[in-house]
Amino acid sequence: MSTGVAEKTQKTIGGIRRKFAPWNDPQAVPLIRYQNVTKRFGEFTAVDNLSLDIYEREFFALLGPSGCGKTTLMRMLAGFEDPTEGQITLAGQDLVGTPPYKRQTNMMFQSYALFPHMSVWDNIAFGLRQDRMEKGAVNARVEEMLKLVKLETFAKRKPHQLSGGQRQRVALARSLAKRPKVLLLDEPLGALDKKLREETQFELMDIQMELGMTFLIVTHDQEEAMTVADRIAVMNHGKLVQVDQPAVIYEHPNSRYVADFVGDVNILDATVETVEPGMVTVRPAAAPDRRFRIAQDCAVKPGDSVAIALRPEKMRVELDPPGDSSVNCLQGEIWDIGYLGDLSIYHVELPGGSRVKAAKPNLTRMVERPITWDDKVYVSFTPDAGVVLTS
Amino acid sequence: MATKANGRWLVLAIPYLWLLALFLVPFLIVFKISLSQDAIAQPPYVPTFDLAQGWALFRENLSELSFENYGYVLSWDNEFIEAYGSSLWIAGISTILLLLVGYPIAYAMARAPKSIRPTLLMLVILPFWTSFLIRVYAWIGILSPEGLLNQLLIALHIISPDAPLQILATDTAVYIGIVYSYLPFMILPLYAALEKMDETLLEAAADLGCPPFAAFWKITWPLSLPGVFAGCLLCFIPAVGEFVIPDLLGGSDTLMIGKVLWTEFSVNRSWTVSSAVAVLLLMVLVIPIVFYQNLQAREVEGR
Repeated sequence: MSTGVAEKTQKTIGGIRRKFAPWNDPQAVPLIRYQNVTKRFGEFTAVDNLSLDIYEREFFALLGPSGCGKTTLMRMLAGFEDPTEGQITLAGQDLVGTPPYKRQTNMMFQSYALFPHMSVWDNIAFGLRQDRMEKGAVNARVEEMLKLVKLETFAKRKPHQLSGGQRQRVALARSLAKRPKVLLLDEPLGALDKKLREETQFELMDIQMELGMTFLIVTHDQEEAMTVADRIAVMNHGKLVQVDQPAVIYEHPNSRYVADFVGDVNILDATVETVEPGMVTVRPAAAPDRRFRIAQDCAVKPGDSVAIALRPEKMRVELDPPGDSSVNCLQGEIWDIGYLGDLSIYHVELPGGSRVKAAKPNLTRMVERPITWDDKVYVSFTPDAGVVLTS
Repeated sequence: MATKANGRWLVLAIPYLWLLALFLVPFLIVFKISLSQDAIAQPPYVPTFDLAQGWALFRENLSELSFENYGYVLSWDNEFIEAYGSSLWIAGISTILLLLVGYPIAYAMARAPKSIRPTLLMLVILPFWTSFLIRVYAWIGILSPEGLLNQLLIALHIISPDAPLQILATDTAVYIGIVYSYLPFMILPLYAALEKMDETLLEAAADLGCPPFAAFWKITWPLSLPGVFAGCLLCFIPAVGEFVIPDLLGGSDTLMIGKVLWTEFSVNRSWTVSSAVAVLLLMVLVIPIVFYQNLQAREVEGR
């Protein structure tokens, strides 16, 4: 969190991150293993026969809407819930039945859960004193933690005398102080405003690098997950839908659900016409007179119903028709415009009445002939922009 | 604007007028009586003030007031100091017992499912629907040698019929009576303090390696202290001056200042001494009240 840490790690961070992929290494032993874990609360199944491996030094994000089971999955690792079925191991040890106070995991709570009657110092020292750490070592560790989160001058304050951002830092320092095998972060930045949240995301990554620890973060904010995580698990109804690196999740979603949940997307129903190696031609339902050619190998056959996912930023909006307007091109009328400053989002209504979104960066301050409401426009994209989704 | 300011002033004045009329004025009357002398008269003390008799007489009467009664009450030869001590002792022991009984109940209530908490609160308050006096009388029927408790124990062959437990007319009966009667006053502030505690704090403590029992002493107990102090003072202060319970359940050797005051007033017909006893009792109780108020002020500041 200190600028020193940032400078030191900044040079190496890219190199380490680029090469870090233990999940592709068959020799690598996972630090955390969920094996066929099911958790039921009465009739409700929060986690449904789920298996997941997380590796040492990984920054792993559980992403999903509220009620998808991501928090339950994390709480089972911390020991606040026991799985109804299945096994959870941490560094080879079976955790089921071990109470939370005997586990080598620490959690940063969404509400921070700082002890209101204790000073910042005592909050951070709490876990260390539980371990009967020697007094000098406690002092040294607490000072180190205060420095890490830049709160050296706040040691004597009580939590209610701190701002939200400072409290968040104390909570982080407290959960890091014991150097747990895994740090669990439950929506850690949810209470911060946008700017502070973005800053803190990068600080979290730096700290994780600096300490070489394994972080497991639960969030419903897909941007946050994409920024911080090495891998993301997208969850729905207690199951993992897709587990992969952020770029893969975004560019190669494996289902409508993932495409829709992560980022902005146009999903168009279509029927497969021809399948060639590396190329699929489909007829979109919204514009049956046109064809989409998608550069993708996929197990479909002519006549199959599929969905085509198209990210708005990969679509071009133009007033003039592109070279070949019969393929990968839609014609429509501007229905609405969202001006975001850096981007403008154009909602284009197709002749059939359905709408697509296309984003256009505002590269120059002045535009001779801006696209405006009710303009007739062409929306086009390249064959590698679209993704064919079969589920 | 002016009417608005007046309205606010009026609202603020109401509690002050209330305290002035129903606390300060009666207190001053009692204080004046405590400085007077007993007399066979109506009322049974002199001097009495009557401005109609003229200013000179008023000033003459004023010079007759003295602290003599206080000297009498505070003299070791009389039983008053012993009665104060005994009252403080009985109230103190009762308060500790109340805390020991009330804390687990309040804790269980605060951790009960949200849906049944109002019912549990209702059950705590329910005894107030019956007159306090009747409830204390009922304990005579339970604790007396031929009472329900002894009958039950005899029926269960725990004690022999020849030697029933002698509880009524002892200090034990007074403790039982006070604990029973004052329990809601202990439970309610404790419940309020425990209920607002965030349970995530206990999860955080466990997460940091603290087993549940240690977490209770390190987290729950310190955070419930405002409730503990409030409950203890709410029970201790009235218990010191308690009259009905020691009179009905206690023995002749149960010495409590409320009983002494009553005897002094109605049997000895000494309004002046009983007034001095009352003023001194107030002084004794003002100390914990001031302590409590400081505590509250500190808590408000802490927020």
